[in-house]
Amino acid sequence: MTKLTFIAHDGTHFDMDAENGSTVMENAIRNAVPGIEAECGGACACATCHVYVDEAWTAEVGEPEAMEEDMLDFAYDVQPNSRLSCQIKVRDALDGLVVRVPARQG
Amino acid sequence: MTETTRTDVLIVGAGPVGLFAVFELGLFDMKCHLIDILDRPGGQCAELYPEKPIYDIPGWPSISAQGLVDKLLEQIAPFKPDFSYNRMVSSLEKLEDGSFRVTTDENEVFEAKVVVIAAGGGSFQPKRPPIPGIEPYEGKSVFYSVRRMEDFRGHDLVIVGGGDSALDWTLNLQPVAKSVTLVHRRPEFRAAPDSVNKMYAMQEMRQLEFQVGQVTGLTGADGQLSSATIKGPDGDVEVPCTRMLPFFGLTMKLGPIAEWGLNLHENLIPVDTEKFQTSVPGIFAVGDINWYPGKLKLILSGFHEVALMAQAAKRIISPGERIVFQYTTSSTSLQKKLGVSG
Repeated sequence: MTKLTFIAHDGTHFDMDAENGSTVMENAIRNAVPGIEAECGGACACATCHVYVDEAWTAEVGEPEAMEEDMLDFAYDVQPNSRLSCQIKVRDALDGLVVRVPARQG
Repeated sequence: MTETTRTDVLIVGAGPVGLFAVFELGLFDMKCHLIDILDRPGGQCAELYPEKPIYDIPGWPSISAQGLVDKLLEQIAPFKPDFSYNRMVSSLEKLEDGSFRVTTDENEVFEAKVVVIAAGGGSFQPKRPPIPGIEPYEGKSVFYSVRRMEDFRGHDLVIVGGGDSALDWTLNLQPVAKSVTLVHRRPEFRAAPDSVNKMYAMQEMRQLEFQVGQVTGLTGADGQLSSATIKGPDGDVEVPCTRMLPFFGLTMKLGPIAEWGLNLHENLIPVDTEKFQTSVPGIFAVGDINWYPGKLKLILSGFHEVALMAQAAKRIISPGERIVFQYTTSSTSLQKKLGVSG
């Protein structure tokens, strides 16, 4: 199990144990994190699971691929540490990962 | 006087479930007409993720979303359904003889004894861009589509987005507008490379401006824009803007169906699980748009729903006629309808 923390826009922390191989988005939905909508269900076909990766984790999480970059064009207030959480797979190296939920999705 | 199109069943939405409804209704000799807001069949499968594989269609360990749509079209071809694309249903009215009159945003009129709503997540509509305070300008100086190019003549035009719509309109409106500024979050585009090259060439010749960044603020009064603030890599830039065209893709909204007098449950349409009929007899809802206890938004659930719906629709269209349950594998009459020999 890998520990994940979502920080909602109002500052509430959501700590959870995530299974390796699951996506960060799936864990948000499972734990009802407010502000993660995931309209398309994880197909990288919307931009409603947008998160900001905590600065300490951006290197480990990595950069979005081209298709994800394309979808990020539709997101609100995109920052250099923006990712779509459906495209981040949970793995051992991400134990302790912190992501923040933006003010709104699109 | 508008011509009225008459059909047995009017299907709102040509996604996988709407398409398969044609098959089940066709087996009972009901003629279908489908209306869809997109320019082609397939709904979300075709619009959002045509290349993505689907793994839970029975009998297909893996099939691409577009592949499924193609197979469904092949399967329903014997029933010769009619399609109207690029249309949104607007009003619905119940007629004295119990049938329904449905009009579209193009002012076409359809009359059908049965209406099947297979509208999925709703109709695709332009997404409002993430620009604070944009609402008062919408329809006055911010537009989500170009109806007449003349409307942009002599304007300081800002186009926002990085896809084909944004690039195409940048190139097409450049000769008409006073100035054109294209704003996109990054220097890479999702558009045809040829359009992107043309745009960069025109920027070289100072015929248009390309700003990397995101629009963060609008200035103007009474719905009339005067300038836009763009947050770029080197800070904020203020650009003149009297017309804006944001292209931020499509989102799904229930739309005018919400005004049809059907009971709703959080933007979904409650149905019974025997007929998948709504609160108005003769109007059915199938697929992602309906709701009942235990509902799963799966394509395969939608397929099951249309099979049961078709039985109920037949009772409305041919009252008193005995419905014989038959298998396509063994029924010669069904095989005749499908154009195959047993």
